[in-house]
Amino acid sequence: MISDVTDFASLAPAYPELALAIGAIVLLMIGVFTKSNSANMIMGVAIGLLAAVTVLVIIQTESGLVFNGGFIQDEFARYMKVVVLVGSALTLVLSVSSAAEHALNKFEYPVLILLATLGMMMMISANDLISLYVGLELQALALYVVAAMKRDSGRATEAGLKYFVLGALSSGMFLYGASLVYGFTGQTQLDEITRMISLGGSGIGLTFGLVFILAGLAFKISAVPFHMWTPDVYEGAPTPVTAFFAAAPKVAAMALFVRVVYSSFEPIARDWQQIVIFISIASMVLAAFAGIGQSNIKRLIAYSSIGNVGFALVGLSAASEVGVQGVAVYMAIYMVMTVGLFACVLSLKTDNGYVEAIADLAGLSRGRPFVAGIMAILLFSMIGLPPLAGFFAKWHVFIAAIEAQLYVLAVIGVVASAISAFYYLKIIRTMYFDEPILQFSAAPGELRLVMGVTGFLVLSYYVTVGAPLADMASVAAKSLF
Amino acid sequence: MNELLSQYLPVILFIGLSAVIGAALLFVPFMVAVKNPDPEKVSAYECGFDPFDDARMKFDVRFYLVAILFIIFDLEVAFLFPWAVAFGDVGWFGFWSMMIFLGVLTIGFIYEWRKGALEWD
Repeated sequence: MISDVTDFASLAPAYPELALAIGAIVLLMIGVFTKSNSANMIMGVAIGLLAAVTVLVIIQTESGLVFNGGFIQDEFARYMKVVVLVGSALTLVLSVSSAAEHALNKFEYPVLILLATLGMMMMISANDLISLYVGLELQALALYVVAAMKRDSGRATEAGLKYFVLGALSSGMFLYGASLVYGFTGQTQLDEITRMISLGGSGIGLTFGLVFILAGLAFKISAVPFHMWTPDVYEGAPTPVTAFFAAAPKVAAMALFVRVVYSSFEPIARDWQQIVIFISIASMVLAAFAGIGQSNIKRLIAYSSIGNVGFALVGLSAASEVGVQGVAVYMAIYMVMTVGLFACVLSLKTDNGYVEAIADLAGLSRGRPFVAGIMAILLFSMIGLPPLAGFFAKWHVFIAAIEAQLYVLAVIGVVASAISAFYYLKIIRTMYFDEPILQFSAAPGELRLVMGVTGFLVLSYYVTVGAPLADMASVAAKSLF
Repeated sequence: MNELLSQYLPVILFIGLSAVIGAALLFVPFMVAVKNPDPEKVSAYECGFDPFDDARMKFDVRFYLVAILFIIFDLEVAFLFPWAVAFGDVGWFGFWSMMIFLGVLTIGFIYEWRKGALEWD
């Protein structure tokens, strides 16, 4: 069926994306035509727009294919889009108070975040290698600019350039893989590729294509051995931008990863399973050891996010519906924990500016007990202590791995988790048992709100959101099978 | 054999004629043009830069901007050609697709204009 652009009703599954695209364009025009500095107003409208689009994604229940099969809306896409949109909106909220100090008080910043979010929604809903690539590039190009937005800072421009060069490399790998897959199956649409593979079996050329596609995607989720850019970019970029990088694009890229391996390479699950198991183990182990020596908190969070991607991939390597459900739950919890952690980092402000060194957190619990408390809860959750949310996230993915009889993977994951507990606990010790050296200013209201909400969700996960979230993730996972 | 060769006669004539015209255009200026050399005129010329200098110099970002703008609109024309040729087949779907594409490009152009990217002060 050919969907016609003139037939607006048939585009119903893509309404949220259309709304976001038009909204971003309108905001760009408003920003460029208002004389005074309209950054704050545009920031507010952008947060409102993201919230409205989230509601639209939830209430717009029509699923299906549009744009000649290039775009798919299903329960999985809807779940992941809500996680991404909430992550984007929250990270915009985080940047309100510190925008001026990080040179982000330009109206282009919220507009670029909106466009990046649009790209992520396209990635999540992509059902064709071409539309997938377009979504990936829309997201990536906006992120390169955002990373280097603080033009006077050498570190930020270095981060932007590094991100750009390695992002271009990963796009090249992805495209090479996509061209091989197209060459050996004759199809670009994901479900058609599955059909061709199950008809004709798999050849060595197709496996090469699969490997290159997975390498390109592993760059985007920053899984070892394609993680090198992450610590440098996270450290160099302005902190609100790092918060955004760590939260939303990771979720979108993981959703893309899940969709590509499940909906197009499902018949050759044995092949990609080996690759996913390898990058999962490598990510968990490397992050557990490399995080130990870090003295900058943003760099530490970068390694922590590499490790978290490794844990999420444990669920993926099970190649089962329970595995997808585990990944979905894991990414939602990861997003909430990351946003909360960055809210804490952004409230570490002294009279001389923002603090990033872990040693400077000494005695935080005496000056700012609320910030230290929330941070401790989030770090304990990252370690995976029950009954915090992080424990249940890991529990979901490890159950999937054990059901798929991947015992070695599960054991390595638990050991890596125990090793990484060392550096999380070290931060908590610094905050609670060392003598204070710095006087921190009070956190702005919206940061306290974000910290409070994320801390509450993580703390009360089992009794409040746990069961509904697992149900939604299960519905989402079913739609892929 | 002769007949085969004679088929190539127009090509030979063409090559000969172009060689003559090309050579004439090269040599005539040598004989008739006014020669008035000075050091600036005979030195190598590169648009906007010292021709012999350290390669790691500061490069005005406006060159880059103009190049990017050129490529964007160059590509737009490259899309417009096949669209115009196939217009009868693509119908209203093709028409509106292209209009949306041009609309988005125009918005980018308005942004550049308002930001002053087109001014070379």
